[in-house]
Amino acid sequence: MDFVLETKNINKYFEKPVEFHVLKDISFEIEKGEFVSIMGKSGSGKSTLLYILSTMDTDYTGELYLNNTLITGQKHQELSRIRNKHIGFVFQFHYLLSEFSVLENVMLPAKKLAEKSPMEIEQDAIEKLRMLGIEKLATQRASRISGGEKQRVAIARALINNPSILMGDEPTGNLDSHNSENVFNIFKRLKEEEGLSLLIVTHDEDFAKRTDRIIQMEDGRILH
Amino acid sequence: MINWKVILNIAKTHLLTKMKSTVTASLGVTFGIGAYITLVSFMTGLNKMLDSLILNQTPHIHIYNEIAPSKKQPVALYQEFEDAFNVVNSIKPKQSQKKIHNGFPILNYLKRDKKVYGATPQLRAQIFYLSGSIELGGNLIGVDIMEEARLSNIGDYIVEGTAQDLKNNENGILLGAGLAKKMSLKEGDRVQISTIKGDVFPLKIVGIYQSGIADIDNIQSYANLKTVQRILGEAQNYITDINVKLYDINQARAMANSLGKQFQVKAISINEANAQFETGSNIRNLITYAVSITLLIVAGFGIYNILNMLIYEKMKDIAILKATGFSGNDVQLIFMSQAMIIGAIGGFFGLIVGFVLSKLIDNVAFETEALPTITTYPINYNVWYYVIGISFALISTFVAGWLPSAKAKHIDPVRIIRGT
Repeated sequence: MDFVLETKNINKYFEKPVEFHVLKDISFEIEKGEFVSIMGKSGSGKSTLLYILSTMDTDYTGELYLNNTLITGQKHQELSRIRNKHIGFVFQFHYLLSEFSVLENVMLPAKKLAEKSPMEIEQDAIEKLRMLGIEKLATQRASRISGGEKQRVAIARALINNPSILMGDEPTGNLDSHNSENVFNIFKRLKEEEGLSLLIVTHDEDFAKRTDRIIQMEDGRILH
Repeated sequence: MINWKVILNIAKTHLLTKMKSTVTASLGVTFGIGAYITLVSFMTGLNKMLDSLILNQTPHIHIYNEIAPSKKQPVALYQEFEDAFNVVNSIKPKQSQKKIHNGFPILNYLKRDKKVYGATPQLRAQIFYLSGSIELGGNLIGVDIMEEARLSNIGDYIVEGTAQDLKNNENGILLGAGLAKKMSLKEGDRVQISTIKGDVFPLKIVGIYQSGIADIDNIQSYANLKTVQRILGEAQNYITDINVKLYDINQARAMANSLGKQFQVKAISINEANAQFETGSNIRNLITYAVSITLLIVAGFGIYNILNMLIYEKMKDIAILKATGFSGNDVQLIFMSQAMIIGAIGGFFGLIVGFVLSKLIDNVAFETEALPTITTYPINYNVWYYVIGISFALISTFVAGWLPSAKAKHIDPVRIIRGT
């Protein structure tokens, strides 16, 4: 099968403040173009899992595959490159670089990747902003725009390198219902029009129900 | 692969949006470097001036015939007293002339030596200056004045008249400034001198000599070598001293040793003659550098502080950069380049501030009786101080930037993003 993301027996322990088994034998896979949400109570380990999948957290046992290549055990430098090229990430709190303009924020990961010329990158960035309906904000400072707009900019930034998968850690958690709806629709459209794979951690049941598949987590295990 | 353009762009944006901190940090470096340049230029300028005051009047090698007792007393030559314990009371110096034996052949030998820049003969005579019934004791030095002017800076110390005037006048004298004052004499007047033997000669004052050292100016005058030989009634090969100037002052000690042995004369190098002086300037240099380095270290702490604060403020940014694919090294480079930019800009302005302050000091009037050639404070414009200044600015900001940026490198983005 053509999996974009695959995990085999991932286990993780927190050692502080007391030893705690956060993730227990997590094995699942995500197909190309699938829109998956992870649900679970606070402390069920869903965010912890997401950060392992995002390659930012390397302190775990088990195996992680991205596009059928083993990621586990790679060097930090290499992981940064993989994150840059293959994974788009959207956080709960927008997390833009407030000193930079919207356009620069979106362009930054592509400039880091440096596979295209600055001109091409700028065109791509404007293209992404237009797709999300915020191209008129391009020259604004990132600190001057509203919360919903910030989240859309963050999505544009996550998409700039045409990643294999988009991950979100409660991307709608901090937004009102109107903006949440907006973000969901954007995700849906990305999946349908671009064939993007998405993995979203969420508390929002309405949001989760409309995704292709829900991974329910409890006490560090996947229930179904 | 390091993408410098992106990294420098981020560094630039950080610096520009935090203009106040940037300026404060740069000013720290600017003042540190500026103070260093000013201090070191001024101090070494003063050192150089004081050194030259003494050293320029001291030849690299001074050759003369020392009046001393024989090392081997005659009694030691007697075989009969060989095993005895001999006591000789009131030893007298060996009967000998003050002149250097074979002075001119030695002079010619020295002039042919490739290491020697020049050698001049001198004849030192004890004389009295007569002013009415008053006799003032002093020295008259017979010199080859044109050669002397070429090799030493005696020309700077002739405050009235010129070296050429002395050469042109058979009976001329360059009178010490202190003497001229005491005897109320000026250029063009005549002065009577008397030798130890009692012969009196009138000499015409063609110039006034002021070394800045009162002890010299009160007793010493210069005349032509031939004049002094004539006054003393000695032959034309009678010289008491030879002053040698070398191309390389560092060879003075070794060469003085070999000359002393070769010609059976006393040869003293500049190092021996002015050992205490060198110690003095070394200590002054040490103080200059200690103060300068302290200033630069203080500036370095300023940079360390500001970068540390900047990194605390930018925790979230660092987390985002890492999440979007910037590696720890990239993040460290971003902050290191900020430190280096602060160092380079601050250091550059420091050089300018240092130069301007030096210029200002250089134009402040500083006139003193003791130093006739000095009219303003001395400044040593040595390009090396500027090279050292900018290097130190870069090195200290590098060190100051290293610790905070290494911390930024190791920030765990997950912890920041999850807020734990």
